[in-house]
Amino acid sequence: MVDLSVNLAGVKLKNPVIPASGTFGYGREFAELYGLDILGSFSWKGTTAEARPGNPQPRIAEAASGMLNAVGLQNPGIDAVLTEEVPNIAKIFRGPVIANIGGFSLEEYAENCRKLSDCDQIAILEVNISCPNVHAGGTNFGSSPESAAAVTRAVRAATKKPVFMKLSPNVTDIAAIAKACADEGADGLCLINTLLGMRIDLRTRRPILANRTGGLSGPAVFPVALRMVWDVYEAVDLPIIGCGGVSTARDAAEMMLAGASAVEVGAANLRNPYACKEIIEDLPGVCKELGVHKISELTGGAHHG
Amino acid sequence: MKKCWFTWSRRRRLSRDTWELVFLADTHEDTAAITAPGQFVNIALPDKFLRRPISVCDWTKVHLVLLVKEAGEGTRELVNLPPETRLDMLAGLGNGFDFSAETVGETPVLVGGGIGAAPLYGLARRMKEAGQVFRVALGFRSGEDALYVDEFAALGCPVNIATEDGSLGAKGFVTDLLPQNAYVLACGPTPMLKAVHGHPNVTGGQFSFEARMACGFGACVGCTIQTVNGPRRVCKDGPVFRKEEIVW
Repeated sequence: MVDLSVNLAGVKLKNPVIPASGTFGYGREFAELYGLDILGSFSWKGTTAEARPGNPQPRIAEAASGMLNAVGLQNPGIDAVLTEEVPNIAKIFRGPVIANIGGFSLEEYAENCRKLSDCDQIAILEVNISCPNVHAGGTNFGSSPESAAAVTRAVRAATKKPVFMKLSPNVTDIAAIAKACADEGADGLCLINTLLGMRIDLRTRRPILANRTGGLSGPAVFPVALRMVWDVYEAVDLPIIGCGGVSTARDAAEMMLAGASAVEVGAANLRNPYACKEIIEDLPGVCKELGVHKISELTGGAHHG
Repeated sequence: MKKCWFTWSRRRRLSRDTWELVFLADTHEDTAAITAPGQFVNIALPDKFLRRPISVCDWTKVHLVLLVKEAGEGTRELVNLPPETRLDMLAGLGNGFDFSAETVGETPVLVGGGIGAAPLYGLARRMKEAGQVFRVALGFRSGEDALYVDEFAALGCPVNIATEDGSLGAKGFVTDLLPQNAYVLACGPTPMLKAVHGHPNVTGGQFSFEARMACGFGACVGCTIQTVNGPRRVCKDGPVFRKEEIVW
């Protein structure tokens, strides 16, 4: 019997598999496919103070071994999420929830955290300072250690819940940004968000995405994410949620060996809606193969010896 | 929605770049996942990451029929797969057309442009089975691009054709074929949908939209359009939207 449970800043998950923000909505669509209680947790769709309609069409493009998206943080706004989604989540999932929050100002980030502080089911606040698809916000905060520190300070003061900062890969030195978040009291880190990219339609000679650029995700980004998790694990002593291209149980194990305490699964859910279920089912076999009885023993294992 | 396996059975060329593909279902439960004409399947291709959404042309207990136009790399891969290839599809996606007599009234017209004729065939067959009276109006660039004209005619409903170059049917656009007080059930390119939507003869109707999608079942909100009721997902809330909801 393999123990799949992991610990994220004091929050116990029954396994390390977490659907990533933006690929799982608020759980409704996947709850029609399988019982969500098998999941370690799930990270809900990035939520901002005001409702956002998102970017114009098209928002999606194919890439080799992956995809680009430029959804642009479409969400119904935090008040609608509190009244319509939070009560529904309680019906479809009994585990701890990760609330992903976006923002366009320090005050908005802090206010979103305060509004969620009384929701018992929300165990972790995942603060998105890395969305590549919104202008004048999100990604700017994640692109320098100073602004990442400022957001961390603001949310730290606004909530007692564990705060995980979600980092952008579109930076020169992700470890420096991770350290800045750690110094301001972040409880953990989630990395990576999508890589900024684009495609051009040869027929029209124009960018495929109306937003021109979008975020690359899927298996194509896995080695990049893995390397960044490795670097951040070396630089800071905080739990890391490894995210980026994880599609199989073996990918999850690899991400944990690089330093992740848990993994988020994103684009894989969109190609295969049962991806998380299959990863969870396959993890005990992978652990046996690796000779571990507790999956948490994998975390950072590639750094030793 | 159900994740199903369908086996590539045969293909037939309909025009220069359009094919009829017939698939065999593994079980009757797989085709039972399709509950209304106008729904689509999202097909996982061996060499592509994103699935490809294709509207269902027709289905029986054992067969699935898709009409596919080679528009890009994905559709080219799909029409050139070796026979007997097994394909993973998410079936029964989207809402489909509501063709109940109360909804469509006295003068329903099925309006298709190009490959948009595909879901209208399955719709026509079911309206015929329900004993409903309707007409079909199809528009194509030219006679060479026309598809499924004989199949629609074989159902025994009046079929009117318009082509831009006049090589088949009336010269002009499908909007020239709309009768007074038409309730339209439409699928086709966006400029056609817009022209039909704004046509003075059209009193009401349902319009099937296309969008680039990732998941196809509502989770990623990649295909959202803006409507009078706010943002709506083409894949889950559509692809069929009512006339009064639509914002251009």
